[in-house]
Amino acid sequence: MNPILEVKNLTYIYSAGTPFEHKALDNVSFSVHRGEFIGIIGHTGSGKSTLMQQLNGLLKPTSGSVLLDGRDIWADKQQTRQARFRVGLVFQYPEYQLFEETVYRDIAFGPKNMGLSQEEIQRRVLEAAGFVGITQQQLQVSPFDLSGGQKRRVAIAGVIAMEPEVLILDEPTAGLDPVGRAEILQNIENYRKAKNATVMMVSHSMEDVARLTDRLLVMNGSKLAMDGPPQEIFSHAQELLDMGLSIPQVTQVFLHLQKMGLDVKNVYTIEQAVAECKRIRGGAAHA
Amino acid sequence: MSDIIAAEHLAFRYPGMENMPGIAVFEDLNLTVEAGSFVAILGMNGCGKSTLAKHFNAILLPTGGKVWVCGIDTANEARLMVIRRNVGMVFQNPDNQIVANVVEEDVAFGPENLGIASPEIRSRVDKALKQVDMYEYREHAPHLLSGGQKQRIAIAGVIAMEPKCIVLDEPTAMLDPRGRREVMQTITRLNREKGITVILITHHMDEAAQAQRVVVMHQGKIAADGTPKAVFSQVDLLHQIGLAAPDSVELCWKLNQEGFDLPLDKLNPEECAQALYERIKA
Amino acid sequence: MLKDITLGQFFPGSSPIHRLDPRTKLILLVVYIVALFLAKSWVSYGVMLAFLLVVIKISAIPPKSIVRGMKPVVVILVFTGVLNLFFTREGEVLVHFWIITVTSGGLQRAIFMMARILMLITGTFLLTYTTSPISLTDGLESLLNPLKKVHVPVHELSMMMCIALRFIPTLIDETDKIMSAQKARGADFENGSLMERANALIPILVPLFIGAFRRADELATAMECRCYQGGEGRTKMKILRYHRNDLKAFGTGAGVLVLVCILAAFGL
Repeated sequence: MNPILEVKNLTYIYSAGTPFEHKALDNVSFSVHRGEFIGIIGHTGSGKSTLMQQLNGLLKPTSGSVLLDGRDIWADKQQTRQARFRVGLVFQYPEYQLFEETVYRDIAFGPKNMGLSQEEIQRRVLEAAGFVGITQQQLQVSPFDLSGGQKRRVAIAGVIAMEPEVLILDEPTAGLDPVGRAEILQNIENYRKAKNATVMMVSHSMEDVARLTDRLLVMNGSKLAMDGPPQEIFSHAQELLDMGLSIPQVTQVFLHLQKMGLDVKNVYTIEQAVAECKRIRGGAAHA
Repeated sequence: MSDIIAAEHLAFRYPGMENMPGIAVFEDLNLTVEAGSFVAILGMNGCGKSTLAKHFNAILLPTGGKVWVCGIDTANEARLMVIRRNVGMVFQNPDNQIVANVVEEDVAFGPENLGIASPEIRSRVDKALKQVDMYEYREHAPHLLSGGQKQRIAIAGVIAMEPKCIVLDEPTAMLDPRGRREVMQTITRLNREKGITVILITHHMDEAAQAQRVVVMHQGKIAADGTPKAVFSQVDLLHQIGLAAPDSVELCWKLNQEGFDLPLDKLNPEECAQALYERIKA
Repeated sequence: MLKDITLGQFFPGSSPIHRLDPRTKLILLVVYIVALFLAKSWVSYGVMLAFLLVVIKISAIPPKSIVRGMKPVVVILVFTGVLNLFFTREGEVLVHFWIITVTSGGLQRAIFMMARILMLITGTFLLTYTTSPISLTDGLESLLNPLKKVHVPVHELSMMMCIALRFIPTLIDETDKIMSAQKARGADFENGSLMERANALIPILVPLFIGAFRRADELATAMECRCYQGGEGRTKMKILRYHRNDLKAFGTGAGVLVLVCILAAFGL
């Protein structure tokens, strides 16, 4: 199976040639396959936002390439424009970008720019609204009459309505309370399952990425420092701490247990921790 | 007067549209805050915690009952400035609190409003900036600072007025982990070293766990009120109102459902590991 | 991208010009402009140019930045130059080609007009380059204070300017973010007819304005929490005081103005 997205030796330099020159991305390479759920973690300034904007053609690489379905997205204008629609980008606090008179029209903005027919636009808007739990009545009101959490879901629906094969989100749960966070994460999962979409999520919550993702890309100082499944990444606790990142609380608990001499595996979700404790207790009972 | 803030039978209703009554937020809330304490007010969005915070310095006035700040009724318009001088407030959005183009000018804004003499303002500004560890940035432009640094400037701007109490309304909601740590360290230190009363409105469990007292709110009522350990061990209650306990407590709670018998007040990983170790070895 | 705008940017520094009282610089700018318009001859332009160059040198602002600051006015400059060059009928004819006539008077006028514009812009930029926005508004507020007696809301205007200046970079950042987000949904700001591109601005302007109102609301609440009650009873941390250098600057400015007046009186 060919990867849907490939990044090859991507380097990006801001304000090249001026005193403000800054290498935001340094020789980054990785591939992404259809249906993967990838977490992107890294300290502030490590290049996460820049990387996201490279993947949908908002920013152009200084050197290196981005391939969508095997084709360079900068090969011609058509390719670049297609990348915008096939790789959907949801920025942080997306609710601040709503502008239309009704929720319906705002969600329809993307499909409209794609040049789709009215019927197709309607189908997509209704489906996207469904994924994020926006009701028929809410489609007819002004987005500015909704609550913060609802506005955010409208903004996400606006990107989902383009039916992107790769959905990239920058801290989609920022600023929300625990219930709000769970809702948004569920909405994303709904979309992913229904369309077998690839999802890439930037997050500062180690617990969230540990629980949801298949794979983690760890950015550090403009470079891709680590790339692998959560259990492998979180086993490098000291390196992560050195990079200014943390590890899930349960992982920390079990590291302490290991230090105390217990023979426990590394865990990174509460469920795994419970299973491991039961295993150990079972073993202890026999001993 | 050892209670710096007291809410008595507090009722508040947002004004409604046309002839419809507005939404009632509180009906009979009673709460006192002791001077010098560090209180966290926890709850889901919409539980009324921010609305409550705005009563503490008279941004909002009760529709029923009273709120006393340093012994003054907040409804007393004549003493509004005294109230606001004694209870400062820091908001969620770091940008929308900064008035000036230069850090030290912004910190000076509060004292300037109070009509304090120029040399005194200078010394207060310097002191405040040192207390939040931002003195080297005093001539910088605020918009180039990180979120955590901006919030610390906002805190400096408040302490330059030498208040007895600071209320922070979800100050870390828009910050990254480093910014959150900076802000939490700053307010914990101010409370511990300067005796300033700190009231922290938040929905982050790990932040509330650093306070001396946690008040949990739900639908305009106080659902729990006690030390962090006492409050977070009530895991069922927290779940009912849409919150979660810190992960280490959740872990113990789940294990208890599998027959383990663990205490539910271990808020940090080391304590939790210690308790687990003892149970497993037993 | 939008951050590269050099418009009125402040270059922090500690040159004698930086340290002048902002009121001195404001007054001197007015004097400078008046003198510039009184200059009529090579000699008087030369005096103004010399004065300008000396100030630039003392201010230690890199010449490259000054040149960059002139870019926006290149069009006006060329337009003025051309207009004066080809349509002035004074002095001897230098070139006569078809309907194009260039006179020596025209050449002189063109050079003088272009020089005047350049020096005007440079002088103004020097003011904003060496004076922080807050100092500028403080200086203006102080100079306009007497107008309070005739009920001009000097403090309020000054506060408005200060806040506006503070939020310009923030709003520029926000515009960038909004543009990126709408581009990510296929918005196109570069291509299309004039009508289409005007329409393309709505997804940027609406969120920007709504965001700005929200900010204003939050900022007003924050200001009230810090006991803001308007200008009454307000003190300032930085009190403006004239120093010896300011008096020297006034003296120099006055001298230049007098010199130019005298030269003008003698037809020079």
